[in-house]
Amino acid sequence: MSGRGRFFSWARFAGVLVKEFIQMRRDRVTFAMMIGIPVVQLLLFGYAIDTDPHHLPTLVEMTEESPILHALTTAMDTSEYFDFIGISTSEAESDLALRDGRATVILTVPPGFDRDMIRGLRPEILLTVDASDPVAAGGAIGAINGVVNTAIAQSLTGPLAFAAGAPAPFDMVIHRAFNPEGKTSTNIVPGLLAVILSMTMVMITAVAIVRETERGTMESLIATPVTPAEVMLGKIIPYVFVGYVQTLVFLIAARVLFDVPFEGSFLAFFLGFNLYIVVNLAIGFLVSTMARSQMQAMQLSFFTILPTILLSGFMFPFAAMPGWAQALGTAIPATHFLRVVRKVMLKDGGLREVAPDMLAIAVILVVVVVVALRRYRQTLD
Amino acid sequence: METGSDHADDIAISVRGLTKIFGTRKVVDGFDMEVKKGAIYGFLGPNGSGKTTTIRMMCGLLTPDAGAGHCLGLDIVKQSREIKKRVGYMTQKFSLYEDLTIAENLDFVARMFDMPNRKQQVLDAVRDLGLEGRAHQLAGTLSGGWKQRLALAACMIHAPDLLLLDEPTAGVDPKARRDFWDEIRRLSAKGVTVLVSTHYMDEAVQCDHIAYIAYGKKLIDGAASEIPSQIGLHTFVVTGPDLTPLEDRLKQDAAAGQVIRFGSELHVSGTDKAALEALAQREIAHGTHVWRAKKAGLEEAFIYLMAGARDNFGTEIGAEIGAEPEGAS
Repeated sequence: MSGRGRFFSWARFAGVLVKEFIQMRRDRVTFAMMIGIPVVQLLLFGYAIDTDPHHLPTLVEMTEESPILHALTTAMDTSEYFDFIGISTSEAESDLALRDGRATVILTVPPGFDRDMIRGLRPEILLTVDASDPVAAGGAIGAINGVVNTAIAQSLTGPLAFAAGAPAPFDMVIHRAFNPEGKTSTNIVPGLLAVILSMTMVMITAVAIVRETERGTMESLIATPVTPAEVMLGKIIPYVFVGYVQTLVFLIAARVLFDVPFEGSFLAFFLGFNLYIVVNLAIGFLVSTMARSQMQAMQLSFFTILPTILLSGFMFPFAAMPGWAQALGTAIPATHFLRVVRKVMLKDGGLREVAPDMLAIAVILVVVVVVALRRYRQTLD
Repeated sequence: METGSDHADDIAISVRGLTKIFGTRKVVDGFDMEVKKGAIYGFLGPNGSGKTTTIRMMCGLLTPDAGAGHCLGLDIVKQSREIKKRVGYMTQKFSLYEDLTIAENLDFVARMFDMPNRKQQVLDAVRDLGLEGRAHQLAGTLSGGWKQRLALAACMIHAPDLLLLDEPTAGVDPKARRDFWDEIRRLSAKGVTVLVSTHYMDEAVQCDHIAYIAYGKKLIDGAASEIPSQIGLHTFVVTGPDLTPLEDRLKQDAAAGQVIRFGSELHVSGTDKAALEALAQREIAHGTHVWRAKKAGLEEAFIYLMAGARDNFGTEIGAEIGAEPEGAS
């Protein structure tokens, strides 16, 4: 009995199957993505993502030496939640470090701490944690009590042994800076701007440029006296406006729907998002030089979006990632823009605080533009 | 405007030794050509013979790897930007924006050429096309024939001196093709030089001058009527019953040279006139078929040339997969 007329022919089915495998193998980009995505994502994100951050940069604000305090900071250091980065001598200095992101934790010790403690006056230590990312701050706050008790038990020996009671002979006051209620949306919503802009800008630009080549209109276009600069600027500027509209929608939604504050300098924010839009358009342009079809442009854009979400500190605390993952994250513009937005919106940041992040984005922009232009020249001839 | 002092005023294109290499493949190999102003110059040749690449070099889209030449008196390597302003190039594939209207497409092209009185030019072009009522129709909804005419109007909007048409009528019905060629001849009469590539013999004979290209080389060129005699091809037309067995038999016969079936006729051609005539005498004596000598036509000539040319895809076809699919045609 032949397969003809049957509802299901194995020969026909095998024909389709074999054809599909041949086409899959020939489409190199798709094939690379099929193998590459799971491997890269698993290795990258499996190891990189840790929601319990360690090694938070910590600054001690104090005016005099204190042996007990020394024991405390040593204990905090060995807990691996805190990394002491230095000593601050004034509130203004600590405040700036917290706002520009150099420090995540400030340990403020009042003058005469040892003396007051020995006298049983229960002095207060202030632990100020940057809670703009409540996930990153949570682990440290949870760990602090255990750390303190251990430190006290170890250091209150000899003549001080009398003070080593069950409750610690001082009070620890925890202050969640920038986000006193520890709301997740306060942290996530500003970060979303970085992700949304990146997602749409890269993809729209890449697809718009590839479409011109794919449909054959690029050939006619470059046969006219139009210059490459005219084509690229003309094609890209409309999407800058799309980015403006998205940012405006975002700002309104953040305020009205999520009640996210806008504390800092609008100028810093304005310069930041313009720079960020430009760097994303440049990445879209770079992607377009690698893709042959709109479909491939979509796939490649998608490939850039996942690290933006996972490695930038948007979804998971940047401080919790291992060093190599932080290095990768540093190469992603969203990592820096995220800091700009959070600093400005939540931490009352101005140009001075966001300057290092802006510089980082500018460096990435230069690299991307140089690579993209080199590739663009190659594809013309 | 004329800068090439050594070029006569009536020459639109003059190139020598034009060569283009893609990877390891010489797509165009030492190409020479001279085109008179106002002439219609036809490019013929199999797919992948280098016609498109040659046309792209004429208008500055590709830089030749070797060779030099002038186009409208301008150097094709150094003055490609100037050339672009005076050339209209119509690509193989419909290359206007399907999601723009007819008027919007024309307006866009007019802007690309910095036309001073753009609005009027667009209105005129729409009127000349006879599409006044449909100016706001999307180009993507036009039929194949109308798309070709719109594309031609778009590359004529800046009144170029030279038109480069790359297989402009592929996939267009015969009536639309005829209309298209009427338009080409009108433009030529106005002094526009036209360089056109085609696969159709009826279009080839409309050209003032044709060049046959294969594997990147020009095999022959001349007026359409001269080409068969240039090759020295002689043809007999054979009619009668049961042509298929005769065709099979003649194809084994060295004296028959080239045997082509044209419906109810066989065209037997060869360059050895004596051998061909002897064969005809023997067959006529046989008495079953009618053998009649005829002047060899273009079609016989081109099939003869194509058979002599080496296969220009050859072993490198594997390298073409995934590479620029139309780049080498």
